[in-house]
Order: sequence, then structure tokens, then C-alpha cells
Amino acid sequence: MSPDIYIETGTTLKWLLTTAWLLPLAGFLIEVFGGYWSGRKSRAAAYLAVGCIATGFVCSLIALLTWIDAANLNVSDIWQNPGAVAAASHEVSEATHADHEHDAHHAGAEHDGDHEHVAPSHSEAEHHGHAVHGNNPLKFAFNGTFYTLAKFGSIQVTLDYYIDGLTVLMFTMVTFIATCIHLFAIGYMSDELTESYEDHQVHLPGGKHFHRPGRFYRFFSFLSLFCFAMLGLVLAGNIFQVFIFWELVGVCSYLLIGFYVERKSASTAANKAFIMNRVGDFGFLIGLMILWTWFGTFQFANTNPDQTGQQGLFQMVRTDTGEIETEGEGLNRVAYMQSLSGQRLMGNDGQARRIPYWLLVVAGLGIFAGCVGKSAQFPLQTWLPDAMEGPTPVSALVHSATMVAAGVYLAGRFFPMFTPEVLLVIAYVGAITAFIGATIALVVTDIKQVLAYSTISQLGYMMLAIGVGGWLAGLFHLITHAFFKSLMFLCSGSVIHGCHHEQEMTKMGGLYKKMPITCWTMWIGVVAISGLAIPITLPYLGAIAFSGFHSKDAIIASSLSFSTLNPTHSLLFFIPLITAGITAFYMHRMWFMTFFGKPKDHHVHEHAHESPWVMCGPLLALSFFAAFCAVGGESGPLAKLLLTSEPTHVAGGLQAAGNIGLNLPSHHDIHECHGQAGVMALLAALMGAVIAYLFYCKQAVDPALVKARFESAHRFLKSKWQFDEIYDAMFTRPVHVVAKWCTGFDREALDRFLHSCASLAVGIAQWDRKFDEAVVDRIVNVLGEVTFAAGRTLKGVQTGRLRQYVMFIAAAVVCLFVVLFLFLPR
Amino acid sequence: MESVGLSGYLIVGAVLFVCGVICMATKRNGIGILMGVELVLNGANLNFVAFSQHTHLGLDGQIASLFVIVLAAAEAAVALAIALNFYNNHLTIDVDRAADLKG
Repeated sequence: MSPDIYIETGTTLKWLLTTAWLLPLAGFLIEVFGGYWSGRKSRAAAYLAVGCIATGFVCSLIALLTWIDAANLNVSDIWQNPGAVAAASHEVSEATHADHEHDAHHAGAEHDGDHEHVAPSHSEAEHHGHAVHGNNPLKFAFNGTFYTLAKFGSIQVTLDYYIDGLTVLMFTMVTFIATCIHLFAIGYMSDELTESYEDHQVHLPGGKHFHRPGRFYRFFSFLSLFCFAMLGLVLAGNIFQVFIFWELVGVCSYLLIGFYVERKSASTAANKAFIMNRVGDFGFLIGLMILWTWFGTFQFANTNPDQTGQQGLFQMVRTDTGEIETEGEGLNRVAYMQSLSGQRLMGNDGQARRIPYWLLVVAGLGIFAGCVGKSAQFPLQTWLPDAMEGPTPVSALVHSATMVAAGVYLAGRFFPMFTPEVLLVIAYVGAITAFIGATIALVVTDIKQVLAYSTISQLGYMMLAIGVGGWLAGLFHLITHAFFKSLMFLCSGSVIHGCHHEQEMTKMGGLYKKMPITCWTMWIGVVAISGLAIPITLPYLGAIAFSGFHSKDAIIASSLSFSTLNPTHSLLFFIPLITAGITAFYMHRMWFMTFFGKPKDHHVHEHAHESPWVMCGPLLALSFFAAFCAVGGESGPLAKLLLTSEPTHVAGGLQAAGNIGLNLPSHHDIHECHGQAGVMALLAALMGAVIAYLFYCKQAVDPALVKARFESAHRFLKSKWQFDEIYDAMFTRPVHVVAKWCTGFDREALDRFLHSCASLAVGIAQWDRKFDEAVVDRIVNVLGEVTFAAGRTLKGVQTGRLRQYVMFIAAAVVCLFVVLFLFLPR
Repeated sequence: MESVGLSGYLIVGAVLFVCGVICMATKRNGIGILMGVELVLNGANLNFVAFSQHTHLGLDGQIASLFVIVLAAAEAAVALAIALNFYNNHLTIDVDRAADLKG
């Protein structure tokens, strides 16, 4: 691709994605102001919101096609060589690093010489003994600035865009899922279309329910704002801008989780989500400060073809070969920053600019802390199940395309900044989260809670994959998970809607005849998330399986090769493997309990009905993608698209990296484990599914007996690993104790002091009053009395007789004359 | 014919003035008092004119007397208006009855 076409493509993508990004904002503004006047029974807001997001989806789709065209991803060659995963990735890699020396395992990759250079390269400088190209650790991206917010000398805060394969894919995924959810919500939220909505869960004194005007338009305006925030986060070109939209996403989730604000549980859940996120964001801020202080920029990378302008964070941290150039050991270790042309970056004092390695680790951990909060990772996962208090479409949006996806997205986007130490932390946090989420999902009986915990568990999988160096696997799973999880949430919404807001699975059962579409679309989601497949490998298609199999397979393969390379961390392979089995079990348990077996509550069963088409349509659309979006597995189009934006250093792996000497697997290593890992994961999943079938469909074993046998374990899981209790004991109660002390101090010391001050003031005031009355008032009164007496005395002089006055005047004149003549000197 | 001299004028003026003052002091009728005022003013006027004739005052005295005449006319108009209003309210113009504001 020549520079001209590069710029042209970049501009096209920029405008398409900006349109898709800003449309929901325009929609939000019109809905939130217009909705107020259009009345409570108008569906106009919903149609506007759907229109905005659907137009955004069309724009994103065009952008995706533009991208495929620009990246030279020939869709037809997906079918030619299903085995060679590496080949797919390296065609693009070649495009950017035409003269790059191949590692041994790349040798098989066919080099297409016609591909021109995207991140254009040939600087004359020699570095590390081979020709240096532009230092762009991300192979293929467009960036630029919308607007400069502030400028401090040479450093500036800007609103940027950064577009690569991941951005475009996320846009398409988010807008598509959001469109489906918007459509679904038109049906689901239709009972809000009233002047007087009765909230059955808010009990007023006197046994009545709370009545309020319907909030249809408000719901859709919040949804639009949510989409705007998420799309802005994905489009953002610098980490500070990400932070802005990060917070905006948080606010939107707060508004939507607390949508039924009159319910105590909903408002508490909204607060909990918001506060938990604050904890993570504190780390995020620390990371931001370190980056700002040491690097002086927030930008991800500068992809300018002529290598002018300022270098971005990724370019400063990584050399053109994707390494962090370090020196020294332990705490004295420093990392050298790199310039755009791939040399050491010189500061103003002529010294090479560098950053203490441990600060780089802290910055990475800080940013990851933000991801922990947003993506509900251990130990901040407790907000996510509570967030089920929001309406079900919100849960679907929060759990698939927006909120929680943001954390994983950022971990993937910021991957070049993470040192091996940070990656290890990410991997362990992910593994622990996956396991905790899956085990709790085993025992909960609320249909939405099962899905909530499965989300936590799957997010743990994604983080684990990113942590073990399976960048592709993590983000692959993010995309596929978004489809099948939003599908399953909408299905659960359909069930809840059909059962008149009954969420307990213990009251359902046998619904498959009543709602066949919901039942079978949900089956697709369940099979996808369980990672089930038919173990036959077809030529050109890979295994016959839904999307979840491919992505989970990739994750297990990554973790297997990681634990092979680092035997001390073999736990990172066994936890996800066991969790895969548990996942299959609890998902099938949910499906069987809801749709099969005997109806447990006849009242619910009799009134259950299939949902209207506006709700079933999105289910069918989503189930198509949940089934087939990952077709071809890691050599399929989706994975290829993702690979275009994979950081360069991932493909080759790392040996003995960082202070802890971690080995990260290369594409080749992962590919070698693929077969083995796939078989193990499939066996685990099949086992889980079969056990669930025996338990809940065939009734071969009575679950109640098992429950009684493992009573204490059940109680432990039912109380969600005691996390809420632990946090209560660790944070809430100490705060209460401190608060009690503070009140005591206030009462005993401060109040007493203030009260004595007050009584002193009262005493002074009383004395002052006496002085006023005795002295000041008396003087004033005497003056008044004197004046009054004088007036009274002089009153007699005024006779009112005119002729008398004239006589006085005449007499006075005569007197004056007499005096004048007598005394005036002649 | 022999000129009368300044003192003759002054005597006439003084007589007029005294007549006016006595009129004002004795009459109970408001109109009568007004007439007394006119006499006082004209007595003063006569002095002005006499002094302008017999001293070096020149025309200044005559102009002053013209002012007094105009002033007297205006004063008469205002005073008559007061008298009419007073009559309207009290059906009399006896000034001794005008003691409403007496404290």
C-alpha cells in the first residue's frame, strides 16, 4: 500500500468510525430532551435509538470491509490452508516488515512480495546489526488527532483516534450487538409505555405498590449514551481519552443498573458497581501519572508514514523487534526509550531517556487495576452479579459488548506496555477469577445470576489468555463471548418476560414447548460457551463447532504451551481446564432446569408464552453469529482480522523475559499444543455436559442428595465464596467502627466544646442586653421626652389667629426700627 | 407749580402702609386682609417710585415697583384661590375660623 492510499484509507476509516461513534450521542441528546415532551406512551425514542445505532453498524461494517480490503486479507485464501495458522498472521506481518528476518518457524509462511509497506519504513540507521524499519510495534494502524485539549510546552493532551483491526472489529461487534439489544428492548421494555407503571417490587406501607410514570424514553437515551461511551473508548487514540470514556461507561452503567431506582436493591447495586470501579480506577490513575511523568505523552503510537511527529507509548517502550531494551538488575534495572526511527531516544540533556523498570511494572499493574474493576476480575468481581438488578437488555449490553468488554479490550490494547511481571499477575488474576466465577455459578438458581457468574468466569479466561501471551486467544474469546453471552442474556430476558418476571429456575422447567425459539437459540449459546464440538476435522473448515469452541480452544492451547515453557506455573493450565468442565456443567444445568424436566410451578408454566417477534428476531440474528462468527478457528477470517493488530513481539514469543525470567509462548509453540489442548478441553466439556444431563434431565442422580452430601461446600459457594462477608468485615465494618468512634468524639468532645461556647455567648448576650436597656435606651428615651415636653410647652404660642400674627409682626417691625434708630451709629 | 418734594411722598407712603397693616390686623374677612396687603405693597411701591425720582437711583426703583405690581397680581390670584377653596370647605371666609392645624 502506498502512502497515498494509506492516508486515503485512514481518512475513510476515520470518518466512518467517527460517524458511528457520534450518532448515538446525537440520539441521546434528542431522546433525553425530546422524550420529555413526547409523552410517556411514545415509542419515538426507541426508533431513534435503533436508527442511530443501526446506522452506526452500517458505517462500522463498511469500515470493516474497507479494512479487509486495505489489509490485503484475501477472504478466499482462508479456505486454502487451514492448518497453517502462522501463515495467516505473517502475510500481514510481511506487509509491515518486508525485510524482517524470519524466525525458523516462520519459514513455511508464504511471502507475498506484492504487498507494499504499511508502516513505512526504511530508515538508514543501523540498529542491532540489521536494517531498521519504522518503530511501529503494532503492524498496521492509523492514528491522528481530532482536537487538542491542552498544551503544556511540548507535551499536550489531545482527543485522538487510533484505528486498527481490533478497533474496527470492536466497532462492528459493539454496534451489531447493541442494535440487536435495542430491538429486543423495544419488546422487553414495552410495559414502561404507560403513564402509571406499577413497580411490584417496591412495597409501600399499607400493602400497596409504588406507582410512577413509565420511563421508556429514558431507558433508550441511556442505552444510546452507553453505546457512545463504549465506541469512544474503542476509538480513543490515547490512554487519557480512554480514561475519559472509561468513566463515562461507568456512569452509564450506574444509571442503567439503577434504572429501577426506587428499589433499594437496585440503587445499592448501582452504587456498588460504581464504587468498586472507583477502587480499580485509583490504580488506573496511578498508572496514568507514571506514564505522564516519565513518557510525557498519552498517545498509543504514532503511525505517521513519514515518521515525523512525536512517538507514542508503545513505540517508546518497545524496539522495532518488540523487545524492551533494559540494563541492570533488580531494582536498579532501567528500560531505555525508543524513538520513531528505532534508536534510543535522547532527552534534552543529551542523555538517553530511560525509566526505572519497576516503575514500568507499577504503571502496567495500575492500568491493569482499572481493567480489574471494569472487567469484574478477582478481587473486585462482586459488583457484577449485583448488576443484574438492571433490566435484562442492560445486563446483556453490560456483559457482552460494553462495560466488561472495555477492561479486556484495554488489557489487549495496552499489551505492549505490559512487562512479563505484569502479564504473570494478569494470568493469575484471570485464572482465579475464572475458577471462582464458575464454581459459584454451579449453585445459584436465579437464571440471570448463572449468566452473571459465567460472565465473570469467561472474563477470567480472557485475562488469563492475555496474561499467558495468548493475545489473539484472549481477544478472540472477547468477540465470540460477546455474541453468545448477549444471546444468552437476551434469551434469559425472553424467558423472564414470558414467565412474567419470574427469574428463579427452580420455578421453571418444561418450557421448551412453550418457547421453542428461545429454547433452541439458547441451546446454541450454551453449546458455544461450553466449547462443545464434534471431534471430526473437516478439510477447510476445521472442527465442526460453534464459535466458543474455537476461542476457548485457543485459550487452553495458549495456557498449555505457557505452562510447558514455565513448569512452575502449571496451575495456569489446570485451572482453566477444570473450569472448562465446570462451565459446560453449569450452562447445561441452567438450560435443562429452565426448559426441560417437569414444570415445577404450574402457575408460571401455564402463563408462559413465546416472546413477540421484535424480541425473537434479535435472538435469531445473534444465534447465527454465536454459531458461526469464528468459523475456521484460528485460521478463519475473524482471527486473521485480529492478527492484523497483534503487537509484533507476540508472534515470536519471549525467552527468560523480565526480572522473573518468564517464557512466553510463540505462535509456533501454541500451535504445537493445539491438538492436545483441544482434545483435553473437549473431553472436560463433554464430561460436564453429560453430568449435567444425568443430573437435571435424566434425573439419574438427585441433585438434592449431592447437595446434602456436600452441605458445607454448597453453603460456601452459595454465599459466593464469602466475598461480600469478607469485604464487609474488612472494609465496611471497620469503617463503621471508626465512624462510631468519630461520633463518640463528636458527641463527647466537639459537641461539649461547642455547647459551652454557645452558653458563653448567651451569657454575654444577656449582660449586653441589660447594658442596652439601662444605658443606651435610657439616654434615647430621655432625649425623646425632653423634646416632647418642649414641643408641648411651645404649642401654646401657636394660637392660629391670623390677625394676632400680623400684630406681632407689626410690633416686631416697630421694635426693630426703634432699636435700629437708637443704636445704629450715624 | 412747585414740586411736592420727597418727604411728601414718603408721608403718603407711610400712611398707606400703616393703613394696610391696620386693615390686616383688624379685618376678619379674608378679602379684607387681601386688600390690606395690597395697601402695604402699594405704600412700598410709592417709596420706590419717589426714591427713583428724587435720588440717583434712576429707573431701578421704577422697575422694582413694576416687579412688586406683578408679584401682587400673582399673589392676589393665589390668595383668592385659597379664599374660594376655604369658602367651599367652611362656608365662610372668616380667618379666625382657619385654625384647623392648631395643635
